[in-house]
Amino acid sequence: MSERYDCIVIGAGHNGLVCAATLARSGRSVLVLEAQAQVGGAALTREFAPGFQVSACAHIVHQLRADVLRDLELEAHGLKWAARSMPTTALGADGACLPVGGESSGPDAAAFAAYAAQMQRFAQALVPVLSRVPPRLGTSDWRDYASLARLGWQIRRLGRDDMRELLRIGGMNVYDLLQEHFEEPLLKGALGFDAVLGTNFGPRSPGTVLTLLYRLAAQAAAGGGLSQPVGGVGALCDALARSATARGAQIRPRAVVKRILVEADRAAGVELESGERIASAAVISSADPKTTFLQLLGTAQLDTGFVRRVSHLRSRGLAAKLHLALDRLPEFAGVSESDLGGRLLVSPSLEYLERAYNHAKYGEYSSAPALEITVPTRNDPSLAPPGKHVLSALVQYAPYALKDGWLDERDRFTGVCLSLLERYAPGLSSSIVGVELLTPADIEQEFRISGGHWHHGDLAFDQFFMVRPVPGAAQYATPVPGLYLCGAGCHPGGGVIGTAGLNAARQVLEAA
Amino acid sequence: MRATAPHFIQPLLKTPFHERARALSEVDSFIPWAGYTTVDVFTTVEQEYFAIRNAATLYDLTPMVKYRIAGADAVRYLNRLVTRDIAKLKPDRVAYCVWCDDAGHMLDDGTVFRLGEGEYRLCTAERQLDWLLDSALGFDVEIRETTEEVAALAVQGPTSCAVLKHAGLAGVELLKPFEIGYFSLGQIPLMVSRTGFTGDLGYEVWMPPDDAVSVWDALMEAGRSRGIRAIGSQALNVARIEAGFVAPKVDFLSAEQTIRAGRDRSPLDLGLDWIVDFEKGHFNGRRALLAERARGPRRRLVGLDIEGSKPAHNALLYAEKAGKREVGSVTSAAWSPTCKRNIALAMVDAPYFSMGATVWADIYLNRELVWERRMCRARIVERPFFAPERRRATPPSDF
Repeated sequence: MSERYDCIVIGAGHNGLVCAATLARSGRSVLVLEAQAQVGGAALTREFAPGFQVSACAHIVHQLRADVLRDLELEAHGLKWAARSMPTTALGADGACLPVGGESSGPDAAAFAAYAAQMQRFAQALVPVLSRVPPRLGTSDWRDYASLARLGWQIRRLGRDDMRELLRIGGMNVYDLLQEHFEEPLLKGALGFDAVLGTNFGPRSPGTVLTLLYRLAAQAAAGGGLSQPVGGVGALCDALARSATARGAQIRPRAVVKRILVEADRAAGVELESGERIASAAVISSADPKTTFLQLLGTAQLDTGFVRRVSHLRSRGLAAKLHLALDRLPEFAGVSESDLGGRLLVSPSLEYLERAYNHAKYGEYSSAPALEITVPTRNDPSLAPPGKHVLSALVQYAPYALKDGWLDERDRFTGVCLSLLERYAPGLSSSIVGVELLTPADIEQEFRISGGHWHHGDLAFDQFFMVRPVPGAAQYATPVPGLYLCGAGCHPGGGVIGTAGLNAARQVLEAA
Repeated sequence: MRATAPHFIQPLLKTPFHERARALSEVDSFIPWAGYTTVDVFTTVEQEYFAIRNAATLYDLTPMVKYRIAGADAVRYLNRLVTRDIAKLKPDRVAYCVWCDDAGHMLDDGTVFRLGEGEYRLCTAERQLDWLLDSALGFDVEIRETTEEVAALAVQGPTSCAVLKHAGLAGVELLKPFEIGYFSLGQIPLMVSRTGFTGDLGYEVWMPPDDAVSVWDALMEAGRSRGIRAIGSQALNVARIEAGFVAPKVDFLSAEQTIRAGRDRSPLDLGLDWIVDFEKGHFNGRRALLAERARGPRRRLVGLDIEGSKPAHNALLYAEKAGKREVGSVTSAAWSPTCKRNIALAMVDAPYFSMGATVWADIYLNRELVWERRMCRARIVERPFFAPERRRATPPSDF
């Protein structure tokens, strides 16, 4: 081994880069190893058809921590916004569209205002839970107790009525919650969609109010609406990379980590696929927990009970990504040109959404999937050749372990998605010049995420907060001294937030 | 051996020796052991015990749970599983081992037999295939329970070697303690290990179940002039307490079975530091045990020599005769007929467990249905209580 670093960060996704930049900012020598040719991980912009660029996984930024944006000076490092406060539109049959959020009209207008205000209060109360290192139980560290007390206090200070309501709905399913509040199927379908996006749940699954609150709290912590960086989500990681580099971190692309080295029961560095060994005092992995522990570290360094918990993590993705290269701007029935710069949801009712989920339970893809559609070129023409456009859609549900395998089913499922889109955007099919469908199996391959789950593991009560990803690794440190996790598998989870990377860096700094 | 009826009709299985045992049982005292019906006492405990120490005994070991562990990673696997360094276990040797969960708490104890290249047998008290299989994740190893495929008899006592020799196991006297040898009894292939639970000269004989009855008959015949006798679990228990061996469910409870906090035991608690190898690399519970070692012991299993002759079954221990400060309890107790001492194994809290220290045992006596209490002086002493030279002598003396 030639060089030696204080810290090696595995993976140059947004969390890995936030972690690296934070460590470098505190004077640590940091090396970031990225398997791909460019930084970004699953927050990557890349070409999918000649001349057409797309954010390959996440396609909207709405949860990025304000302090990360500020402290790492991302805007000074080239981050520009193509759109901020993007609107959301629920697509209904025959051009019956409904704007979601903001000023709405219709039978649910008053109910929506009260609901949105209350959910905002809940979200605000949960912000500290989301941003901090989760406490441990049964320790003698006062900080754990302080953290628990703070959580209790945050909920208590909501006041009696709100606290009761939060505790009442906390374990509920989003279907029942929305039924209590609203009439309009289109509104309920759209609000329910946000609760199950990226999860292994349908709207009637228990715990879907929690996943909705999680999303809202992360959004509240970020303090902004839905945003789109110029150059796609990958541009955010480019700015993070520049920020990290400016602070002294080194980033090595095309460096595939083969294994994490352990000496005298301490993480001692990594070995690359090339055989090269690089020494470091700490190794911080933004890879998912299964990849980190079961593949890179190896079970021989871990206890059986811990390995059992890691291998039982539920981490099979259910969301696919559809990319279309278009030779003209798509037209969605009833959607104005400005709303086309926002988010379009195909989830016309909670029943539709639940039915879409039913298939996934039995290892089938939805015959009528739910979609989150963006047309990024509407806000950022640089992503496609002049006059051409890109459509990017998250598609649910497309189970990782498809009963019949993805090999033969991919084209059929693409067809399902295209004919569904055609219904909402008549004429779209004739404008398509390129198609890419990323199934969870493809996401696993391309982004090296076990199970192709962009949260690196389901967000659910038993894989959340103090037990995320598993007890024994929920505070970013792992059972092996010097080895840390900093990816979406940690608290608070997936989405382009940056908290996991930041908290992990703080734990590394504190331990030193 | 194999269930002839569904388990809910015949809940306890019979070992291949069952008919022989049934014929010799004079007091019809059978107990369940790991899913089999086995003999607790054949005649009287005293008669059987003295056969262990003065002659030779047969004890049906078949219910002992056995696993075959084989594959390219068998050594790495076992080294991650147990606390001892299995890489040091030579071919045809046996090692006594314990294994722990992540918290360094005992799951079980047992023996590892090195049968061949990359092939081992693990003998355990509890069934635990799930733990063994979960431990195999990431290792090239195959694990299978073989309890029903192997019948076993413990042949223990000072004349045991002579009995085996007389039965035709030529060269058995050359087996060293913890060594495995292969012999034949007529046409029957036998594996013999010089192991046992009595702390005396003794062997364990492993055979195909179909040959079990023939082996039993041959050994009984060969031992007729050497005082051989079938024994049950009670007599063996007295011998194992004299030998200072711990027994699962008696001296410690598997961490899989404890519910209350603080009821788990670590190998350090049990005084088994000598088979915990912190230098061999990672093993289950290592980090927790290192932390425990750094923190210092909270309690320790010790041997007690108690005044009087009344076994201190379940006695609470106190720091002083007045019985104010409770410092532990007895886990196993017996009057040792050979040592003529009132002995016990006890779990004693720090700092009261130092060698030679005195604690007080609160012994309850039932004297013709009237309970009396005796506060007896108990000295903490070395284990084993009884360790005859013959247990190690190779070759053992002939009879």
